[in-house]
Amino acid sequence: MKRSHLLLLVVLIALPWFSGEYYVNLASQILIAAIFAASLNLLVGYAGLTSLGHASYLGLSAYISAWLSLRMGLGHALTAPAALLATTLTGCAFGWIALRASGLGFLMLTLALSQIVWGLGYRWVGVTNGDNGLSGLTRPAPFGIDLANSAAYYWFVLIITTLVLLVIARFVNSPFGATLRGTRDQPRRMSSLGYDVWGIRWVTFVFASFLGAVAGLLYVYFNKYIHPSVMSVTVSAEALLAVIAGGSGTLAGPVVGAALVMLLKNYASAYVERWNMLMGFVFVFIVIVMPAGIVPGTQALLRRLGGGRK
Amino acid sequence: MAIDRRQFLQGAAAAGVGVAYSGLGFGQSAEPVRLGLLTVKTGPLASGGIDMERGLELYLKERGGMMAGRKIEVIVADTGGSPATALTKTQELVERNKVHVLTGPLAAFEALAIDDYVRTQKIPILSVAAAEDMTQRKANPWFVRATSTSAQCAHVMGHYCATVLKYKKMIVIADDIAYGQEMNAGFQRVFEENGGKVIQKLFPPLTAPDYGSFIAQLKTDADAIFLGFAGSNGFRFVRQFNEYGMSGKMKIVGGMTALDESVLRNMGDEALGLLTVCWYSAELNNPINVKFAPAFRKIYGYDPGFYAAATYVNGDVLNAALTAVGGNAGNKDALMAALKKTSVQTARGPVKFDTYGNVVGNVYVRRVERKDGRLVNAVVETYPDVSQFWKYDAKQFLANPVYSRDWPPAKNLQ
Repeated sequence: MKRSHLLLLVVLIALPWFSGEYYVNLASQILIAAIFAASLNLLVGYAGLTSLGHASYLGLSAYISAWLSLRMGLGHALTAPAALLATTLTGCAFGWIALRASGLGFLMLTLALSQIVWGLGYRWVGVTNGDNGLSGLTRPAPFGIDLANSAAYYWFVLIITTLVLLVIARFVNSPFGATLRGTRDQPRRMSSLGYDVWGIRWVTFVFASFLGAVAGLLYVYFNKYIHPSVMSVTVSAEALLAVIAGGSGTLAGPVVGAALVMLLKNYASAYVERWNMLMGFVFVFIVIVMPAGIVPGTQALLRRLGGGRK
Repeated sequence: MAIDRRQFLQGAAAAGVGVAYSGLGFGQSAEPVRLGLLTVKTGPLASGGIDMERGLELYLKERGGMMAGRKIEVIVADTGGSPATALTKTQELVERNKVHVLTGPLAAFEALAIDDYVRTQKIPILSVAAAEDMTQRKANPWFVRATSTSAQCAHVMGHYCATVLKYKKMIVIADDIAYGQEMNAGFQRVFEENGGKVIQKLFPPLTAPDYGSFIAQLKTDADAIFLGFAGSNGFRFVRQFNEYGMSGKMKIVGGMTALDESVLRNMGDEALGLLTVCWYSAELNNPINVKFAPAFRKIYGYDPGFYAAATYVNGDVLNAALTAVGGNAGNKDALMAALKKTSVQTARGPVKFDTYGNVVGNVYVRRVERKDGRLVNAVVETYPDVSQFWKYDAKQFLANPVYSRDWPPAKNLQ
């Protein structure tokens, strides 16, 4: 298993040498979407809290970093940590509000909060430039390496993605991760065992919003433009779809799901006019054939095949 | 199956010929000019996007798929009306399909999203989107727009309402997007400078299901209302306006997409007599349009409007520029210079560009009339050679902030 991971990483590192620039850019976007979906998966998969407002964190950190560099003239060394910090603090507050409920109530609260952020993006024209969005942004140049180049930026995103996935793996496999899964499966029992269920959920929520902010920074660096539609419920729902399609509560699931969504949206749409319909069919197919998601479904299938041969 | 010797030799010979040809330069002239069309074929903006494709398709069909002696290969990309997808699709057209020229996109935010990329890749783009700053404060050197900025036609309507129709008090209403805000702001500026007063500004959301709450708010002492709507919203507003018994109490005038030909076909007598302003009308009586509009109507069963005419006009502009550079689309700098220098007769009348890459051309005030059983936008007045800066000095115009919900400030609101 570990060897296959390394092999995949080597292939990904080598990608810019054997594929065209378009595919490199597409791969960067898939990786960014993967970070975003993986951060949402912490809530959906491991905490059992279905959020429909995760795009707020992506959008907030993108907007904050864009605003600081355009209006305040700050460099990337300052805007990036400031955006991450401010977004995470927002996550602290939003988590405090949204975690008053769980289940459907939690979903509605996250949706409502994200609609507020989205509305601000459209209406607070003095700051966000409204529907025209913020343009004229640049990519950072860490250690003097210019990331304007597609391949360089891809490698940068690949490094961050690898780090984020390692951190998430460490997080969910830690004792804290075990208690988190406990609060998902048996919140009452965890509570009677003396665990602070609310606190555990809140910490996870804040951590997920921080990782969402990381995805937001990469997103705005990639696009060099930010528009309020990035905070819309569609973006949140797409990430949720990626998590569910790939397999919630697994490490690889959101990555596979994000890749699937991005490929359908950006690649398949060049060949299929009704790509929305195709996307619908694919998800219906997944739900019927592999209700737990692609990754658990494929694993089960392989296990069955392997078992049959023995 | 192994490749036998004969097949190998054939292959080698073909490859050799190919190399020889490109070495002699034949390869280049045989290569088609690749034109990328960025349009919207899914979502709420799709009807305009499909018209864009149809307009271009018809243009090329009439010319056997050729411009300036070169075969034109069109690659269509659906942006889905999302800024991020617009960028990915542009990258796909440029990096994978290696297009020489782009046309589109439809929406202002899409144009803004690809602005930076177009600059770095240096791809000439014939835009349809109306975003003001793309040819103003942040003018993109690779950008020409043969249609109109958001406010270019609205300026004309402001002037017409104040000086010809002699309206004193008006309400402006538009979709709450940059396009609607810029259009209303331009209208308000010229209308008020010619003695009118805008007493109310309303911005319903783009996807308002119902305008009832907005119609109920309208100040009844206004002479008329200006509609800055896009898509089918103008049509829906007018219908509800009448359902609420408002017809006759207040005149309706509209901007360039308020009562487009593409929605007019769904309207009835309630539309008769309404005035709108646009850089095009299917009724225009110029030698190019008298062929284009009936041909389009014959194929698709309705009159071409804003979007179909946009790509058709872009076709003529590109054709003229390609002819000027001898069909060589590979030299982007030369092509871009030729595009900006273009002065050509098109379906909308004569088209030429200012130094910012925006069109200077005729703008028409049109009235909805019934002709041969269908509703048409009959031209009642022509404003020749209208610039994006109206009659203002470009430098002074650009020193102001871009048009928005709050600029220019409305001092006469009640």
